[in-house]
Amino acid sequence: MATISRPLPGQVARPKASTGLWRDAFGRLRKNRLAILGLVLVFLLLMAGIFGPIIAPWPYQYQDLKAVAAAGGGPLPPGSPGHLLGTDQLGRDLLSRLLDGARISVTVALVVQLVILVIGVPIGALAGWFGGRLDNLLMRLTDVIYAFPDLLFIILLSVAFRDTLLGQAVDGLLLVFVAIGLTSWVTVTRLVRGQLLALKETEFVEAARAIGVSDSRIVTRHLLPNGMGPIIVAVTLGIPGAILAEATLAYIGIGVRAPRASWGTLVAEGQKFIRSEPHLVLFPAIFIALALIGFTFLGDGLRDALDPKLKGKQ
Amino acid sequence: MSAEEPGRRNVERKAEHLLQVRGLSTHFFTPDGVVQAVDDVTFDVGYGETLGLVGESGCGKSVTALSIARLVPDPPGRIVAGQILFDGIDILKLDDDEVRKLRGKEIGFIFQDPLTSLNPTLTIGYQIAESIREHMGLPQKAARDRVVELLSKVGIPRAKDRLNDYPFQFSGGMRQRVMIAIALSCDPKLILADEPTTALDVTIQAQILELIQTLSSEFHTAVLMITHDLGIAAGMCHRVNVMYAGRIVETGTVDELFERPQMPYAWGLLDSLPRIDDVRGDRLRTIEGMPPLLIRPAEACRFNPRCIYARDVCREKEPSLTSRGTDTHMARCWGTEPGGWIS
Repeated sequence: MATISRPLPGQVARPKASTGLWRDAFGRLRKNRLAILGLVLVFLLLMAGIFGPIIAPWPYQYQDLKAVAAAGGGPLPPGSPGHLLGTDQLGRDLLSRLLDGARISVTVALVVQLVILVIGVPIGALAGWFGGRLDNLLMRLTDVIYAFPDLLFIILLSVAFRDTLLGQAVDGLLLVFVAIGLTSWVTVTRLVRGQLLALKETEFVEAARAIGVSDSRIVTRHLLPNGMGPIIVAVTLGIPGAILAEATLAYIGIGVRAPRASWGTLVAEGQKFIRSEPHLVLFPAIFIALALIGFTFLGDGLRDALDPKLKGKQ
Repeated sequence: MSAEEPGRRNVERKAEHLLQVRGLSTHFFTPDGVVQAVDDVTFDVGYGETLGLVGESGCGKSVTALSIARLVPDPPGRIVAGQILFDGIDILKLDDDEVRKLRGKEIGFIFQDPLTSLNPTLTIGYQIAESIREHMGLPQKAARDRVVELLSKVGIPRAKDRLNDYPFQFSGGMRQRVMIAIALSCDPKLILADEPTTALDVTIQAQILELIQTLSSEFHTAVLMITHDLGIAAGMCHRVNVMYAGRIVETGTVDELFERPQMPYAWGLLDSLPRIDDVRGDRLRTIEGMPPLLIRPAEACRFNPRCIYARDVCREKEPSLTSRGTDTHMARCWGTEPGGWIS
């Protein structure tokens, strides 16, 4: 083995500390200003969702009737003493209700994506890995789901199960999560299937087979991590869709039950006073917009960070 | 390398030869027809022996190796006939799970392209440990120690520091060393090396070949060395099989084959090597023509369209592998058989 290089002691300088894919990606993400803005917005939303009810000046259902009566019976405008963003006509503090709504939005964002991952990844992986007839069957199933009008399906589901245990759970929210999740796993499934179809032909899969790694291990340890980037991006970019879907449903009166209110409910309620008290619509709308922008910017940034080759090509 | 090294110096022999391939035929069922990539191939690999399998692209070398490991993609490929006895076990009769337990443990595989054969998202340490974990069931600490030992054995400096590195932090030659470490990780009895140096430059090639040679003799591992480079075959192998169009056309020890080749194709291969005493400006010699398509090959010598010595008999009947003076030397050629017209 004389030809094998023998580094002289003390002469080998390691060029760089070992960095993984994820640290590299984070380095690129950090250089992207919009993504950082998105990250900050998402972080604020998360904090509001977790700590909102603690820092809120009032309980969300508390009616400050005295203040409303003193002001002449209508909603208090922003900047009123004790009510930074004003109140609605029942004297409920808008800021407190928005903070509680943030919790709903965050939960929607996370739980729906979780449902999507739990359904979408296994189906996509099965279809992509085995191919053939199973692939055909599963893909036709996803086509059916994809072709079905989402909103109609969610509304049907919500109405049909409204009075069951499922419909009552978590102020009616659980049903909404499940309904939104059930209609939107298709994208992730197709993505995972496509990733697996491409990756299973790679040589490192053949190499893994050649050392006797089992199929399930190849899929979970070799293929999914390689296809993880696009999946993360799809999930992040799917979050604003879920938040918006929940707000839409709440706006038309499906989902969360009074006295809890999601941002969509607040917009719907405030709409009645849009001429005299525009702040009742404006603030919830701004919150929704900021949350959507935050996740979208973060998603775009993640896409560039996880696949630097794509950058500037869209 | 310490004394308590767990090598298998004295291999327990369960059969006369480690690997006995009998009448192996692997066909690919394509829309254009059945491609007879490997057709009635028979050979043995002894315990600890290095056997070369040489031939030009598409002659069935790799498919032979894939068949032995039962890795032929199905569909479209299928082993349609033959028997592969590995250490007395009939590989073609095992179910998928049993084959999986054999792969990596008893049969190691070194692939052609180390750049794409390692998973870019997993660390080197993980990928070497994978086979150890899968087959030997060592606890994590012991598996780690084994990985470090393997890495230093294949000549990776500061092995311990490099466990958590990713493939992109390794050069091509080092990645091939890692592939060799993976192939050796469970002390296999046989290594299938499918053109292990083709993707590497010449100096690294020499190092890798030397490494395979050293380790195979140290562990008494048999190697099936697939290559199109006759120089590699001459330098590394005990015996060599020459394949052409899915068949073995000549087999013999290195000395026999290189000194007295008995088949015009083997001459052609030897003759097409550049030589140190070539006159400058001379053209490299080639074998005219192309290898035949392997869909419905004619009942004739498969080399006859390119053979300058071909006679009518070559176009009418296929010769069989017959002895050329010694037990080990056989060729498939009418012209060089006793009483033939080529001498």
